[in-house]
Formats: sequence, structure tokens, C-alpha cells
Amino acid sequence: MLDLSKYQSIGEALKDALDQFANEVCLIEADREREKERLTYGEFKARAHPLTKALQDAGFVAGDRASIIMTNQPKWLISAYAVFFGGGTLVPLDYKLTPDEQWQLVKHSGASVLITEYPIWRQLSASAARAAAIKLQTVLVTESPPNADLAGARRWEEFRGEGEPVFVPRARKDTACIVYSSGTGGRPKGCMMTHENYLEQCVALTSIYPFWPGVRYLSILPTNHAIDFMVGFFGPFTCGAAVVHLRTLRPEYVREAFPKYKITYVSLVPLVLKNLQKGLQARFDELPATKRRIFDALVAINKALTKGRPRPGISRRLLKQVHEAFGGELRTIIVGGAFTEPQTLQFFYDLGIPVANGYGLTEAGTAITVNDLKPFRADTVGKPLPGMEVRILNPAPDGVGEVSVRSKTIMSGYLNEPELTAETIVDGWLMTGDLGRFDETGHLRLAGRKKNMIVTEEGKNIYPEDIEAVFESLPVKEFCVFAANYIWPKRSMVGEQLVLVLRLEQGRQLTDQLRQDINARNNRLLNYKRIHGVVLLDEDFPRTASLKIKRNALAERLAQLDNATAVLPL
Amino acid sequence: MRTLEQTTQEVLDLAATHFQLPAGSLAPGDDFFKKLGIDSLQTLEMLSRLENHFGIELPDYEVQGVSDFKTLAERIQSRL
Repeated sequence: MLDLSKYQSIGEALKDALDQFANEVCLIEADREREKERLTYGEFKARAHPLTKALQDAGFVAGDRASIIMTNQPKWLISAYAVFFGGGTLVPLDYKLTPDEQWQLVKHSGASVLITEYPIWRQLSASAARAAAIKLQTVLVTESPPNADLAGARRWEEFRGEGEPVFVPRARKDTACIVYSSGTGGRPKGCMMTHENYLEQCVALTSIYPFWPGVRYLSILPTNHAIDFMVGFFGPFTCGAAVVHLRTLRPEYVREAFPKYKITYVSLVPLVLKNLQKGLQARFDELPATKRRIFDALVAINKALTKGRPRPGISRRLLKQVHEAFGGELRTIIVGGAFTEPQTLQFFYDLGIPVANGYGLTEAGTAITVNDLKPFRADTVGKPLPGMEVRILNPAPDGVGEVSVRSKTIMSGYLNEPELTAETIVDGWLMTGDLGRFDETGHLRLAGRKKNMIVTEEGKNIYPEDIEAVFESLPVKEFCVFAANYIWPKRSMVGEQLVLVLRLEQGRQLTDQLRQDINARNNRLLNYKRIHGVVLLDEDFPRTASLKIKRNALAERLAQLDNATAVLPL
Repeated sequence: MRTLEQTTQEVLDLAATHFQLPAGSLAPGDDFFKKLGIDSLQTLEMLSRLENHFGIELPDYEVQGVSDFKTLAERIQSRL
């Protein structure tokens, strides 16, 4: 691994990595059963440098912002490297957002370059919201069909400059990426992540979960997400490891990829992990009685032998068939993006497949705590990573309080939001808005949220304010969306739901027609953003002098209602 | 060549079989996340069944953001 303490920027570190590991494989791209491409670090460099040169020829300079909206694939990483090499700031956006949401964030970020894929561009270019991104000068589109109308964009594959580009150095405190943690509805939260944030986080994470040449990481979580950016790009690249991209994320192709590419690490969201658990459990349940008894005995032996620490060699021999299904070389499944239920973690650990769960948020530079497996503790989110100071603010008698963090991995602030930044980072401490406590062994246990938001099992952060627009002009006197857990705290991180609070017009009822209207609007939202129930309040909402809803006061009022009966199903 | 109506009906029948629902219980405008109570992963599994049935490949981007049978059938129809 490179000694990252010597580097000032992501671009500088990656530049050296491409030379140091020139002959190692860095990327494998597969689509269904077909392997499309395999690149060495040297070949990666040969692809990226002409792109940087073309960008520089087009006027791209230090600090200019370039947005990427792509699925996980080699051109994502090649483009990102090209931007960093040229001293640019990367704005990675979620390809699953709607075109209007994507344009809103492109505009907010001030990006002058947009790099995207043809199917995404087809939708983006048709959106009227495009006009808002006035700073955008260059759009590069990958994989366009030969006669496609590019609507003013240029072909990524043909955007190549002649000669060598100029490497543009950046300082550790400069912004490397603007990562949107939320805010597609009202107030975009663009986390300004510095080069130092990434360099420090990479050192901390790889000290526990190392990469080296020959390691293969299966990249499934979207690369715009902080986790995949770190463990599916920057981490492996600074260690000479390889990243495997699948263009089709159907379960059967993901399953095939493990043995085919001898995967070492993979990151998953809890939903996928649980699905994997269900599938395995069903197969175990189908075993004939005798085989099942033998299998259960082997699992029990494995449990006893790995109580103190993982022993992959032993587990692979004891539970050979299970491990072979995962390729036989899987060391750890990294799970992130949302809270994972302890019984799921324990299920995999008992099979000899450790799941590295942890806790983090984009604002903190990915992970704050990680389970170090010494020993494995399914009931907690692990201990703070090296370099992380974590404290519990205003703890209740049971030790639960708000988790706050100080480290070199904390973002410098929210883009164009000094007030929000000042509320979030106080005297250098990041206020996470999450509740938790430390146990006697120094492991963090999470216990709900202080903030009005939910995180789905798919790892999506949903802020109620961001989805309210869809209910505008609903024929009611007032409405407001809340996270149910924010109104009625249940000290849990699972099963979080959104509710729509309604103040009906005088004398009106929640009729079938109104329900249908709510359902129709709800269905316009992406499935993971939808509300799960309605709460009726028979009084006016508290409002500020400027007539904005006082959300906190309203939540306090709603908390007096009985949770069990107040939420009406849709 | 199937008509869009035929394709839609086959999509509905296949989804009903896959999720063990009575035939005719699904409608083109139904939101499959809500109607079937399934998550995004189960949707991907259903897509694989549909691909095998129609003998086509549906790239992931084609079904991005699609949540009702009618639109899904249209995407399939365009690749038949």
C-alpha cells in the first residue's frame, strides 16, 4: 500500500498508484455471463490521461467541478481519476435519482462538466430542468449508439486530447468531492469533502480491512455513495487491488460473480444481506435430516472455534460448500448505508463469513465505527476507527445521548450553507443527530435518532421535507411529513417509516377519495420514499411569524397522541 | 409479433404466477412494489423471469424508476 501520509491529494496518490502497480489488474467489467473488459493500472492510465488532456484543452482548471452520473463501471473510475489529475472537484451523483433531481444537484454544485451514460442522458436531456444548470459547459456521454442524437453532448470515447496532460496539485484542505447526503426536495446538503478526509479515512479503514494486489472487490453499492467510493475505488487503488464491476445487478449474476472472480470483499446494504441470508437459510432448510444434522454440527464447531476471532482457513474447510458458493476466498462482507439487524450479522459470522458492520455518515467521511472482529460483536456497531474521537452528548441515565465525532475525516461543511454547517459542526465536533451509548468494552450501540429522517434498508437517507412537494395542493387545510421515529422515539434503527400529518378542512373527513388522492401522489415518489400512513390532527399547526410550520413544536404536539392508534394505514 | 396488450397480459400472468397470486388479480396500472409488497431485489428476480419468458435482455437502466406493469410491458415490447 502507498504511504498516504506523504500525499496531499487523491489525485497525487492515485497518480503514483497507477505507476507503482502498472502491471496489476485494477478493473474487471462483466455484463451478465460475459466479461467485457479487464484493465491493468497501466492501461487505466492510458485511458484516463487523454480525457484529462481534453478537459484541460477545453479550459478545465483547478477547482472546477465535474459531476458524474453513472452506474458502477470502469468509465466512472477513469473519469473520476481524470478529474482529480486535472485538479478538479468531483460531484458524484446518484444515478437512481429522477432527472429533475439530478439537474437540481448539478445546478447547486456549480458543475461545469457532466459525465454520464447514454440511457441516463436520454432522460436528462429531455428534462426541462436542464435549463437551470447554467454553469454547465461540457457534457460527455458514454456508450452512445452510433446515430444517436446527443442533444449537445459529446461522446466520452471520442473526447481525447493529444499529448500528456498537466498534473495539477491540490492541498489537503482543498475540496476533493461534493457529496450530496440529501436534500433533493428543498435544501440540498452538499458535503464538501477534502482530500485529507479521504486520505485519512483510507488509512484508518485499511488498517482494519487491508487490500493488496490480488484482492478483488465486488463493487455493487453505487460508486457515488461514500462507502463504494472508498472501498470500491480509492482504497483498493492505493493498494494495487482489483475492482469488479457488474453491469447487470440481478441476484443470479451477482451470485455467479463470487466464484467466477474469486471475490475477496464485497459491500452490501442490509436489504441485500438479508436477502442473501433468506436464500441460504432456505437451502439449509431443504437439506435431508441427516445432512442437516451434520451441517448444524459443523456450524456449531465453527462457532466455537471462531468465538474469539475469525479463522477463515478453518471455516472454509469445515463449511466448504457454503464458502465455495462465495468463491472460496471471501474474507469479509462489508455492510453499510443503514443499520443491520444483529441476527443477520450473527448468521453469517456463524458460517465463517464475517460481516464488517459499522456506523457512519457522509458528513463524517464514511465510517465512524467499525466492528474489528476482535471479537465479533453482532449487537453493536463496533469501536471508533483509529483517529476518531467519539463522545456521547447529554447522556440520559441509561447512557444514551447524541453521538458526536471529531476527526480529520469530518467534512469541511455544507456547500453554500454556512448556517447549516455551524449547526452541524460545533467547535470541531460533528453532531450526528443519531442517539447511542458506549458499552463497557467501548463498543457503540445505536439507539434511534434525534433528527427527523429515516434510513431505509437499502441505505437511502430520506428527509421528510424532501418529499413534501408531491403533496402540495392536496385538498386539506395543512399537511406535514414526519419520520414516525422522530415523533414517537422507539430507540430502534429498524423499520423506520414516514407519516403524513393532515389537518383537514373544517367538517371534512378522511374520505376514500382523499385516500386515493394521497395514494396517487405517494405512488409518484420512488418506492423507498413513500409514506406509510396518515395522522390526523384536529387543530392548526404551530407556525412561525413568517408562517412556516414549526416542525419541532408540531412533533411535540403529535407525541401526545397514541402511536398505536394515531397512524392510519393508507 | 405480440401486441402491447398481449405482452402486458403475459407480464401480469407471469408476475401473478411468480408471486403465487390468483390469475387476474393484477392490473396494468398496479404498482408492483405496493401490490406485491416486494422490494427492489425481488423486482430484479421477477425481471429475470420475464427476460427468460420473452427471450430478451432488459438492461438495468431500462427498468430504472419503473414501478407499474404497464410501463414495464412497454419497455419489454420495445425490445421484442
